[in-house]
Amino acid sequence: MSEIKKFMFVNRKAPHGTIYALESLEVVLITAAFDQDVSLVFLDDGVYQLKKGQQTKGIETKNFSSAYRALEGYDIEKLYVEKESLELRGISEEDLLVDVTVLGRAEMGELMDQQDVILSF
Amino acid sequence: MLHIINKSPLANCSLDSCLRVAQPGDILLIEDAIYAATIGNAFEGKLREAMGRFKIYVLQPDVDARGFTGRVIEGVSPVDYSGFVELTTTNKTCQSWL
Amino acid sequence: MASIEVDGKAYETDEEGYLTNLADWNTEVANYIAKTENINMTDQHWEVVNFLREYFEEYQIAPAVRVLTKAIGKRFGAEKGTSEYLYGLFPYGPGKQACKIAGLPKPTGCI
Repeated sequence: MSEIKKFMFVNRKAPHGTIYALESLEVVLITAAFDQDVSLVFLDDGVYQLKKGQQTKGIETKNFSSAYRALEGYDIEKLYVEKESLELRGISEEDLLVDVTVLGRAEMGELMDQQDVILSF
Repeated sequence: MLHIINKSPLANCSLDSCLRVAQPGDILLIEDAIYAATIGNAFEGKLREAMGRFKIYVLQPDVDARGFTGRVIEGVSPVDYSGFVELTTTNKTCQSWL
Repeated sequence: MASIEVDGKAYETDEEGYLTNLADWNTEVANYIAKTENINMTDQHWEVVNFLREYFEEYQIAPAVRVLTKAIGKRFGAEKGTSEYLYGLFPYGPGKQACKIAGLPKPTGCI
């Protein structure tokens, strides 16, 4: 690989109701093989993807929330969550199933500005 | 009448539209609409206000799937799949707000 | 729908021979799939297969080969955490063959 690029995945959809969250996660796991500088951002309803305690037995779908905990093993360690998105949903960092960096909207915008490639889900 | 909502109130206005238009009756929140009934979310005030006019139900398997077991606003009634079916049969008409 | 028959019982698989239902797995099925892959299961093979099942149980995904290699090294010692070692056990790819024997889906991004 000649040049390392900064890739950002922007996740804005709740899990389970649509396929976006799962598709994003799959692309992220594949991207990990290319040794790029990958950041994951969770905004708006996207923060619900990281909610602890998801139990999908009752709706008979794959509980892919466990896979976010595997990201560390894939060397994907830059996870960012927007503070305002958490607040609007009555949840806090302790409700999330992985370690994240919580950023305010201004810092989030700056981070977005520094990327080479942005993929939106 | 039974109104069924399946979209998050913070990403889509279908629940808002329903509350604006609908006559008093039953509202069932399923799929991503269950977030409307979670404690501390930005739609909580509107939902509480609507509880005077509507009986609000949530589909419990959808609550569990999203990790909000035990964090549903008091006064909202959980139903399982058979409860869902019962609501559709006890109400004369039923509208899904897509 | 494809299937395999082990001890008189049919198990549903996809067209590549991966078990459709994770819960169908048992050691007889694993041994049967191994045979179709020309692999003679030794303790070292089982170590990897059992590790994969544990990994899947915890994360609900099959790890990429690179991730598996690193994790095996961490768990069983650095000398086992190499692609030489894992490809020695599973010549057609540890991800592909070991996952198949472990009854897991094909790993995401597996070539």
